[in-house]
Amino acid sequence: MSSTNQADLLPALHRLQEKFGYIPDHAIADLAKAHNMAQAEVVGVIGFYHDFRRTPPGRQRLRICRAESCQAMGADALAMHACTQLGVEFGATTADGEVTLEAAYCLGNCACSPAVMLDDDLHGRVSVERLDAILAEGRGV
Amino acid sequence: MTQRIFVPRDASAVSVGAERVCRTIENEARNRGLEVEIVRNGSRGLYWLEPLIEVEIDGQRIAYGPVAPEDVPGLFEAGWLQGGAHALCHGPSEEIPYLKRQTRLTFARMGVTDPLSLEDYRAHGGLKGLERALDMKAEDIVDAVDTGGLRGRGGAGFPTGIKWRTVMNAGGGQKYIVCNADEGDSGTFSDRMLMEGDPFCLIEGMIIAGLAVGADTGYIYLRSEYPDAWDVLEDAIVTATREGILGANVLGSGRRFELNLFKGAGAYVCGEETSLLESIEGKRGLVRAKPPLPALQGLFGQPTVVNNVITLASVPWILAHGGEAYKAHGSGRSRGTLPFQLAGNLKRPGLVEVAFGMTLRELLYDFGGGSASGRPIRAVQVGGPLGAYLPESRFDLPLDYEAFAAVGATVGHGGIVAFDDSVDMAKMARYAMEFCAIESCGKCTPCRIGSVRGVELLDSMLAARPQRSNDDTLLRDLCQTMLEGSLCAMGGMTPYPVLSALDHYPEDFGLSPKQEEASA
Repeated sequence: MSSTNQADLLPALHRLQEKFGYIPDHAIADLAKAHNMAQAEVVGVIGFYHDFRRTPPGRQRLRICRAESCQAMGADALAMHACTQLGVEFGATTADGEVTLEAAYCLGNCACSPAVMLDDDLHGRVSVERLDAILAEGRGV
Repeated sequence: MTQRIFVPRDASAVSVGAERVCRTIENEARNRGLEVEIVRNGSRGLYWLEPLIEVEIDGQRIAYGPVAPEDVPGLFEAGWLQGGAHALCHGPSEEIPYLKRQTRLTFARMGVTDPLSLEDYRAHGGLKGLERALDMKAEDIVDAVDTGGLRGRGGAGFPTGIKWRTVMNAGGGQKYIVCNADEGDSGTFSDRMLMEGDPFCLIEGMIIAGLAVGADTGYIYLRSEYPDAWDVLEDAIVTATREGILGANVLGSGRRFELNLFKGAGAYVCGEETSLLESIEGKRGLVRAKPPLPALQGLFGQPTVVNNVITLASVPWILAHGGEAYKAHGSGRSRGTLPFQLAGNLKRPGLVEVAFGMTLRELLYDFGGGSASGRPIRAVQVGGPLGAYLPESRFDLPLDYEAFAAVGATVGHGGIVAFDDSVDMAKMARYAMEFCAIESCGKCTPCRIGSVRGVELLDSMLAARPQRSNDDTLLRDLCQTMLEGSLCAMGGMTPYPVLSALDHYPEDFGLSPKQEEASA
């Protein structure tokens, strides 16, 4: 964080989140100082973007696309199955801290709908069975 | 000579197993003592056949797909390296009707070349446009784009030449070229394909834009949902810089162009150009009121061209072949080609680059093959989540900006999402409002509050079904306020899907078609 320019804030937030998985509270003051901003402004920027989190996520991040193309190919059933299987609502992390379930609004895989993304791995034409397999593989089962 | 096998590295192809197929082919070839060279190309865009593997035989590429890892031993047994018959064989790739019937200008190299091979890029016509542009005066570059009739491919359809001319004439200070690669619309993936499958084409287009308007710095604002595109672009920028295409001395011309890759952070509204600029500046992605236009006061307050990926990637072809050649394609005031994206419930989803003017029906049935489920197609959303839903009676509409605008619809970024007759259009209308509520930047009231009120109204309509709730009048009124009062397309176009659903599928809202007519 050697920069003093607000324009470097988003890249800095991405780097922090890549390192810690979230933006820790204790980083806010440093970020504000480094980018010549008020702490409230930094918090405001973090809060605006869906990607940035202020609490630790699960070990893995499962994103299920809930946008139109995937809906047309059964994404709602897939989403319900994921909630039941993982025992969490969207936005929450499983009790064992393994998986954070998130909604995505288009993963750009619309020609292979429905799509999900586990961390950075994109999966297409995902049936309920495939989702189970993807999750099992992700847990190292 | 070692035989070449093409296995796409495209994220969609990999999402259905291309990586595993690639490893299986390598192992199988090694076990059989066969020497093969595997080329990781982009996708041809025939996604229902992905993973689509091509084997080169005597200079011709033979397509096999969709190939699963377990099919690979059988393909070797069938002698696919010699063109042996197999149930998954589709013959020469270029002869597949889906591909043969297209007019690939912007996507000419897509799936053909190795995206990161600059030699391949040059061998397939790359850099010709830039070389020509370097010999031209700035006004002539803008004229060529103007003559071609190129319009913004991100959705707004604004004439690119006019935008460029404004920036060109905006004095002599620092200017920027910003590529909007925040492809957030559901049903669209052409930007992603192009960045992953032909990144030098985008880079070339951005440099040409820089030469035209006098900008020496560019930004690609890429959504974080596209990690593969990020990796490819990062590599391509390194190569282009090393080879003197980017940097202080573009192709030895003495002209400078530096390119930065910028990662978005999951905000749909940042696809709106002014919100995108705020985001690069490190701020909340709040939409700016216009004027001032970004062309005059854009990034960091400087004159800025903001163009979509496909707009910029269409420029090299126009410069290489001339504006007239591009203009020769298309219909009415919609010139050239558009890479349409067939998605949702279709048998053959994929990328179809054709000239404007083709009907929706041709795309849905001749290319798309009808619904994947085998049920009738009931609704089609064109142009992303802010695009109208069209019923079958509208399927003969020609795909052309004006023809769509005339019926309250939009061609947008060319995304086409089909739904079969199991779709509940009232729920889709609710989704449109919900999406707007989730993604609204919050700056203007019609969008911020209107979307929330829209969800509430639709909830009450859904709860009243099969009876009419009488909230449809309020909903229409609300939509009117959003249409007329919102700062940008987020709130201003969310009513498109809602009103079109209400107009064309009143029965899904507990309204009889007749009642609807009376109240309309």
